[in-house]
Amino acid sequence: MALLEVKNIKKSFGKTEVLKGVSFTLEKGQVLAIIGSSGSGKTTLLRSLNFLETPDEGEILVGGKQLFSAGVKYTDDQVRENRLHFGLVFQNFNLFPHYNVLENITLAPNLLNIASPEENKVTAMHLLEQVGLADRANAYPYQLSGGQQQRVAIARAWAMHPEVLCFDEPTSALDPELTGEVLRVIKGLKGEDRTMIVVTHEMDFAKSVADVIIYMADGVIEEMGTPEEVFDHPKSEKTRAFLQGFHESY
Amino acid sequence: MFIPVTLQLLDGFWESLKVFLLTLAFSLPLGLIVCFGSMSKFSPLKALIKCFVWVIRGTPLMLQLIIIFYGPGLLFDLPAMPRFTATIVAFAINYACYFSEIYRGGIESIAKGQYEAGQVLGLTKGQIFFKIVLPQVIKRIMAPMSNEVITLVKDTSLARIISVYEIIWAGESFIKKGLLWPLFYTGAFYLLFNGGLTLLFGYIEKKLNYYRG
Repeated sequence: MALLEVKNIKKSFGKTEVLKGVSFTLEKGQVLAIIGSSGSGKTTLLRSLNFLETPDEGEILVGGKQLFSAGVKYTDDQVRENRLHFGLVFQNFNLFPHYNVLENITLAPNLLNIASPEENKVTAMHLLEQVGLADRANAYPYQLSGGQQQRVAIARAWAMHPEVLCFDEPTSALDPELTGEVLRVIKGLKGEDRTMIVVTHEMDFAKSVADVIIYMADGVIEEMGTPEEVFDHPKSEKTRAFLQGFHESY
Repeated sequence: MFIPVTLQLLDGFWESLKVFLLTLAFSLPLGLIVCFGSMSKFSPLKALIKCFVWVIRGTPLMLQLIIIFYGPGLLFDLPAMPRFTATIVAFAINYACYFSEIYRGGIESIAKGQYEAGQVLGLTKGQIFFKIVLPQVIKRIMAPMSNEVITLVKDTSLARIISVYEIIWAGESFIKKGLLWPLFYTGAFYLLFNGGLTLLFGYIEKKLNYYRG
C-alpha cells in the first residue's frame, strides 16, 4: 500500500485556480521530485500537504489513514496532529533567530515531549553531525551562511521524525556555490530510507536523487514517471518544451 | 532647610513611585490583552477595541482621571473609589492602550515564516506565540517601550488633579512657607530616576543584542 495518497486536490486563491485536481501516490522510502515553472502550483501543493493551505477539494491519506478531506471541519488540535506526519523545509529556512542552532532543533521536540530534554539533545547533536554542523551547535542563525542555515533547518525538520519530509525549493535562496552542500545533505537522507518530496529547479539533482518525477504545469500533473521516462523520453509536448527551455538557459 | 525638604520630597516621590510601579504592573499585561482584541479576527470585537483605544489615546489622561474618580458618583450615584485606586485604574487603562499599539506594531513585524515554521513542527498557537513570536517582539519594541515608560514617570504628576499626594504637590506646599526652590528641586528627582531607567533600558537592549533579526 502506498504511504502517501493524494486525491484530486483543488485549490483556488480568489478567482485564480492554482491546483486543478492533483492526484498521485508515493511509496515508503521513495523520493519524489516535483519540477515545473513558477506559478504551476508546486509550492501550493506542498503547503497543502503541510496544512498551511486548505484545499477546496480532495483528500490526503498517509498510511491508509485519512488526514484531510475537503469539507470536513478540523479542530486546531487535529490539524496540528496531522501536520506531524509531514515535515517542511522552507525556501527561506525560517530558523528562529533568537535561538542557537541546537535550540532551534530541540525546541519542538522539547515542547511536544518527544523524549526527555537530554535525549532530544543527543538526537539533535547526532542530526547536526549528519548535516556536518556539530561544531556550530552554539552559533546563532545570523552567524551562519545560507547553506549552513538550510542544513540546520533540515535537521530541525528531521528531528520530529516526519513520515514524509517536504522541501520547498531548498536551494533557491542560496548563492550557487552553496547549493551543493545542501543537495548533498538531502541526498544523504535518501540512504536513511526516508520518504521525501522535493520541489526543485535543480534538474541534475532531481534526476540523480528522485525515484519519481512529477512535472507540473498550470495546476495539473502534466507528466509523472521515473527520471528516465520524464527526462529522456517525455511524452507530453509541454514537458519537452519545459526541459528544452532549461537546457537552453544553461 | 535642605534635609527636611529632601525628606518631604522623598515622601512625595514614594507616592509617585507607587503610581508608576502599579501602573506598569497592570498595564503591561493588560496591554497585551487589548492588543489581541485589536488584532482579533472577530470584527465587532476588533472595532470595539479600536474605538476604545482611539478614545483613550485621543483624550487627555487628566480628563480620564477626573471622569473615573467623579463619574460614577455624578452619573450613577455610586460611591466614589478611593483616590489612589481611581488613579491606578485610569493610568493602567491609559497606558495599556499605548502599550497595546506598541505590541501590535511589534507582533505585525514578525515574518509569517516564523509562524509557519512553528506550525509545521506541530507547535500549538500558544507555544508559537510565547516561544517564537513574543521573545522577538520584546527585542523589537524595546526603544518605543522605554519612551513610554519614561513618559509615565512624568505623567504620575497628573494624579494630583484628583488630590493624590505626589512629589510636585510636596514641592509646591513649600510655596506657602515662602520657599520656591523645593518646587524646582522636584525636577532633580525625576531626572535622576529617568536617568536610572535609561541606563536600565540600555542594559536590556544590550543584553538582547546576542542575536540579530
